[in-house]
Amino acid sequence: MKEEKKKTTLPRWSDLNLSNEKLIKMYRDMLLIRRFEERAAQEYGKGKIGGFCHLYIGQEATGVGAIAPLREDDFIYTAYRDHGQALARGMDTNGCMAELFGKVTGVSKGMGGSMHFYDLSKGFMGGWGIVGGHPPLAAGSAFATKYQGRDSVTICFMGEASTNQGVFHETLNMAQLWKLPVIFICENNGYGMGTAISRAMAGEELFDKAAGYEMARGAVNGMDVIEMYREMTIAIERARKENLPTFLEARTYRFRGHSMSDPGQYRTKEEIEEYKKRDPIETFGKELVAEGILKQSDIELMDEAIKKEVQEAVEFADASPQPPIEVLYDNIYA
Amino acid sequence: MAVLQIREAINQAIDEEMARDTGVFIMGEEVAQYNGAYKVTQGLWKKYGDKRVIDTPITEAGFAGIGIGAAMTGIGVRPIVEMMTWNFAILAFDQIINHAAKARYMSAGQFKVPIVFRGPNGPAHMLSAQHSQALESMMAHVPGLIVMTPSTPYDAKGMLKSAIRDDNPVIFMESELMYGIKGEVPDEEYLVPIGKGDIKREGTDVTIIAWTKMVAVALKAADELQKEGINVEVIDPRTLRPLDEDLILESIRKTNRCVIVEDSWPYASVGTEIAHRIHTKAFDYLDAPVEKINSADIPMPYAENLEHEALPSPEKVIAAVKKVLYRK
Repeated sequence: MKEEKKKTTLPRWSDLNLSNEKLIKMYRDMLLIRRFEERAAQEYGKGKIGGFCHLYIGQEATGVGAIAPLREDDFIYTAYRDHGQALARGMDTNGCMAELFGKVTGVSKGMGGSMHFYDLSKGFMGGWGIVGGHPPLAAGSAFATKYQGRDSVTICFMGEASTNQGVFHETLNMAQLWKLPVIFICENNGYGMGTAISRAMAGEELFDKAAGYEMARGAVNGMDVIEMYREMTIAIERARKENLPTFLEARTYRFRGHSMSDPGQYRTKEEIEEYKKRDPIETFGKELVAEGILKQSDIELMDEAIKKEVQEAVEFADASPQPPIEVLYDNIYA
Repeated sequence: MAVLQIREAINQAIDEEMARDTGVFIMGEEVAQYNGAYKVTQGLWKKYGDKRVIDTPITEAGFAGIGIGAAMTGIGVRPIVEMMTWNFAILAFDQIINHAAKARYMSAGQFKVPIVFRGPNGPAHMLSAQHSQALESMMAHVPGLIVMTPSTPYDAKGMLKSAIRDDNPVIFMESELMYGIKGEVPDEEYLVPIGKGDIKREGTDVTIIAWTKMVAVALKAADELQKEGINVEVIDPRTLRPLDEDLILESIRKTNRCVIVEDSWPYASVGTEIAHRIHTKAFDYLDAPVEKINSADIPMPYAENLEHEALPSPEKVIAAVKKVLYRK
């Protein structure tokens, strides 16, 4: 899984069977996530959003590149930094914002909040808050589809810090042992909250953790939506056709703090600025313009439309009612 | 009617439900080729094969989570996860409490989690502290879980069949020392509903509430007390969450006195909750405060004499009954 750098007149994604429409959609999804998260930060500052709020800004290419090649009958699991992946899966912008506001019109009707977005109808299985807790659920989803003879795959996002948890290793072991169609996407943004990975992990290469289970593995530039898409296409094929799991380390970076309450004193300004030069949205936007797929004016129009969409989502969320008190005891049992 | 051991009754329940619904499978340590650590799954692997009777690595949190994730997909999969004992299931409490019990609520009803976690619970014999503990109170504490504790072969089979068919996570707690206990089990199909208790012995003077192994202790105490003219009613709630409160309160309104027997620790136990409910909902009917007999509030010791001293016994129950009757 090395990055190939070929000089060619064809765009570098020419091998991927990506239509211009799809490329534009991927760009738009990333931009939507960015604008959504920027507004979420503002609304959090205004006290409209409570609890913890973990922003995806900087990591957009990882989520969009991983989700874009999926089918509708595939399943997605993720951790608590889940807004971006939900939007990439096509979950309703209004419903996502309303969930942050704790409103009954939210994607989890106000019962989950920022960390617990769900949409079973889209195979979006959440949205889980215990670091490293959810990977076995994703393996279980893959187990169930295989058991029922379906060729769906399940993908599982997780942060790099979760790979130090025991149950992560238990899951990789069984996923490989039982040949489960699951793809673990480890979003390595370098920091588990405020602790740099080098201070928390023995060993050099994170993806080598999968080596002990002889699982297909590798690292990918998670700041590059095309590279994400390419590696995911290979992993999805492996899962769907051969029932084999993959561990993919997506090297990425979050531009904001761990959560809204994080002053971020554990990173240097220089480091953050260095990564911002590799902004996944800007770089891909320039590339699309250079390839003649979008014009700069198209991007500006798109940005305006997205800002309007997010503004409307904020207004929708603000105007929506809180859940009625009567639901307090609903849905504890089926 | 056949006379079966509890392990055979549980085996029949699993077998019948697997035959009835191809979405039902069982996974756990040694459940397949070894036929179960306590032989509960005897013959099932031979009958259903690798796909549906699945040996797992020793990795309780991992396979509990895989079961939960499988159940949540909503594509007709109903896992039974065998825990070799509930002592080991403590490793899986994060999966059970943080995922199985909360998925439905946090998603505002989008998910169902049809899964059964089953295995032996409670003190056994001379195993010391890590292998002898009753954990039902910890599980019953959690909204979103159903907790069932059978005491007879009849109940075990009918309750487990209901548990497997239910769309919620069910904690099904058996007893290592009871697997060989025999009892009549009907040949025709039957179900014991979730949340329904049973009167194991009718009586008029005192109500004893007990479940799993403690039912036998209560019944033995009741037989002894009968010789002294004390007529004891023994209630087995069978399901600890949701609790059959009506059955309990009805019995209290009749006998006006109550002793609760459980082999878990006394601090914040299911018995404490039951006593509280009786005190608040049938206070006017009580002629004495509710008494509670538990295992001693200690990690279980190995030495036989100390272990015996730590456990509830018919003698301790008899003394408690006499106390609520103000008799010597």
